[in-house]
Amino acid sequence: MSAPAPATGTAPAYYIPQPSHWPILGSIALLLMGFGAASWFNGYAYGPWTVLAGFCVLIVMMFGWFGAVVGESERRMFSRKVDRSFRWGMSWFIFSEVMFFAAFFGALFYVRNLSVPDLGSIGSKILWPDYTAAWPTVGPYIKDTFTPMAAIGIPLINTIILLSSGVTLTIAHHGLKAGHRGQLKLFLFFTVALGALFLSLQAYEYHHAYTELGLTLRSGVYGSTFFMLTGFHGLHVTIGAIMLTVMLVRVFRGHFDAEHHFGFEAAAWYWHFVDVVWLLLFVLVYWL
Amino acid sequence: MSSVTHDDVLGHGHDAHHHHPTGLMRWVTTTNHKDIGTMYLWFSFIMFLVGGTMAMTIRSELFEPGLQIVQPEFFNSLTTLHGLIMIFGAIMPAAVGFANWQIPMMIGAPDMAFARMNNWSFWLLPPAAVLLIGSLFVPGGGAAGGWTMYPPLSVQLGMGMDMTIFAVHIMGASSIMGSINIITTILNMRAPGMTLMKMPLFCWSWLITAYLLIAVMPVLAGAVTMLLTDRHFGTSFFNAAGGGDPVLFQHVFWFFGHPEVYILILPAFGIISEIIPAFARKPLFGYASMVYALAAIAILSFLVWAHHMFTVGMPTAGLLFFMYATMLIAVPTGVKVFNWVATMWRGSMTFEAPMLFALGFLFLFTIGGFTGLVLAITPVDIQLQDTYYVVAHFHYVMVAGSLFAFFGGTYYWIPKWTGTMYDEKLAKLHFWSSLIAFNVAFFPMHFLGLAGMPRRIPDYSQQFTDWNMVSTVGAFWFGLSQFIFLYVVLKCIAHKGEKAPGKPWEGATTLEWTLPSPAPYHTFETPPVVK
Repeated sequence: MSAPAPATGTAPAYYIPQPSHWPILGSIALLLMGFGAASWFNGYAYGPWTVLAGFCVLIVMMFGWFGAVVGESERRMFSRKVDRSFRWGMSWFIFSEVMFFAAFFGALFYVRNLSVPDLGSIGSKILWPDYTAAWPTVGPYIKDTFTPMAAIGIPLINTIILLSSGVTLTIAHHGLKAGHRGQLKLFLFFTVALGALFLSLQAYEYHHAYTELGLTLRSGVYGSTFFMLTGFHGLHVTIGAIMLTVMLVRVFRGHFDAEHHFGFEAAAWYWHFVDVVWLLLFVLVYWL
Repeated sequence: MSSVTHDDVLGHGHDAHHHHPTGLMRWVTTTNHKDIGTMYLWFSFIMFLVGGTMAMTIRSELFEPGLQIVQPEFFNSLTTLHGLIMIFGAIMPAAVGFANWQIPMMIGAPDMAFARMNNWSFWLLPPAAVLLIGSLFVPGGGAAGGWTMYPPLSVQLGMGMDMTIFAVHIMGASSIMGSINIITTILNMRAPGMTLMKMPLFCWSWLITAYLLIAVMPVLAGAVTMLLTDRHFGTSFFNAAGGGDPVLFQHVFWFFGHPEVYILILPAFGIISEIIPAFARKPLFGYASMVYALAAIAILSFLVWAHHMFTVGMPTAGLLFFMYATMLIAVPTGVKVFNWVATMWRGSMTFEAPMLFALGFLFLFTIGGFTGLVLAITPVDIQLQDTYYVVAHFHYVMVAGSLFAFFGGTYYWIPKWTGTMYDEKLAKLHFWSSLIAFNVAFFPMHFLGLAGMPRRIPDYSQQFTDWNMVSTVGAFWFGLSQFIFLYVVLKCIAHKGEKAPGKPWEGATTLEWTLPSPAPYHTFETPPVVK
């Protein structure tokens, strides 16, 4: 542990930003989006427009705020100590995301091991005499039928795509650390492209599910867990791909050097997290 | 490497941010931990009054049997919002306010690690409060299924429930960002020489609280998201007809909810662990065991959630596991209570207001802990589930526990915050008045619960009348007593009172007391060295 520099000569290693108006903009955005969505879901015509307005404010806020941080980083205002704070911060943020997915995986385990077997058990025969517990299921009362999503096919291809994108991202990182900017640009581009391919295939898969398999969000608890887990994962892939795209733009603008590139690393950590969640999804949602 | 050469830039930054905006924009744009701490504490107090007003309405309705003042539907909204507002609006922000003010000063850091994000963590709370309180005024009224938001009730309610769900999302984001900030500050910004095991116990309590928050707030977000999709998008998570189960919500919710109750109490433990040694003029007894006890409580808190669900129909093995695991928590909690008592043993004690609140905490929190043990016993809980006994239990730990600790902490640190000593006479009056009124309000609830009075019901059977009347009188007395607190605090802010020295408490040892009072706007820009 290096001690912070003394007061004389060099300034301390801390960085305290100027007063900022970005946070309040973010709060206004979330208020509009929260109230707008609540109105929207209850049939008020102004709802979607309020959400849209909030979303626009949020985009402005993110551009402004992240832009400010990028500017500070490029002016080398972040010491090693601040860099270490960023690392802790990103790690704990990813941990919070892990716990968010844990809630939905927990729901999946619960319905598969407890609630569905219980609905088919002898104790539930009075309520649901004709129901036999099985997985996948639409439950004892919903009458729609559907074909579950097979693991071999698009999901397997997507697994290969996402794992490959982890590899290309690591090659890009090595390029950055070795000062090979061409390798960095090329492989970071490949990574973003693989992410986009993954998302396109998932969009195709959803379309296929809705139009041909009869599998929708309303297909009982199988549809619920399938679409919520893969949907939130897809959302996180989108966020990760946007992060990596921002990093790609920054690379083309000459940002980052071998020592100083935590923004890149944070996006990479996030991408690997999304990757690991996908592996769990592939095994637990598609395969088993 | 390159960063060192650019440190001059940092120096300029420090000079420049002395010219911060004034007036309202100072508070809106501030990145200063003291400003943000102040805003958290005021927000908390305002929410305390809002939630308190709801409590007064509830108690008025319950003064006698029959329906007098409010409609049952609105009564249900009141109990729901009273709970949500007091937990997410009053107690949690108060704890974060203390963390913001104290942690940087206690570990010798100039500010929080992420000062701008710190601002957002606070400023997310007012929009959440607007959604939560605003839900009362939309068609269909506010959420009315209890603060626990159990389906199927919460699936059936109107737009107010959706606003509540989004409020919970926003408050969750606020808590997660605040916690990431606190953890990072503690792990990375301690003054040289301050090892983790030399850190003040308040900081330890918040380190562990922040970990709990990051672990469970996303789970709550997941639970209410499932609620939202069940309400509007046809999912079947909590719908048996589609293969789901309403009890699933209770599992997910209480996986959040039980750690949440420790989130509410651990910072209070931290404050008490600072106050008692200062006024007993002895170092805290068993410092290391206090740290391990905090950690043990945090770990166990993840393994006990289903003790809130003993009546939903679990296998016997589950009932037994959750009963024993719950009782296990009494061990580290007991360690803490014994250590606080041992700290006072043969100390040269004085009884200023902070110490009085700490002692009040010790007695009343321990009563709440004991009733918690009673409720942990499965067969007993099956009798007491959803009765006023439970209401009495958690008000003993939340009001006489967390809230009393925050009152004590305010009196303890307000000389440092404002530079003015508080009015000791009035503070003592606040204490005794609150202490007696609290017991008048809540002790009878034990009897009501044991006699079978259910919670969350606007009407009741006649034999419960006497104790309900007593409870209502106590509740109003308690509520009015809090204006003494407000007056004492306002007096300090107006500098009406004795000027506070840098260290007004002779037994206090932590770093903030090495600073002048009031603490300058920026402190420890050069870190102190801790031996």
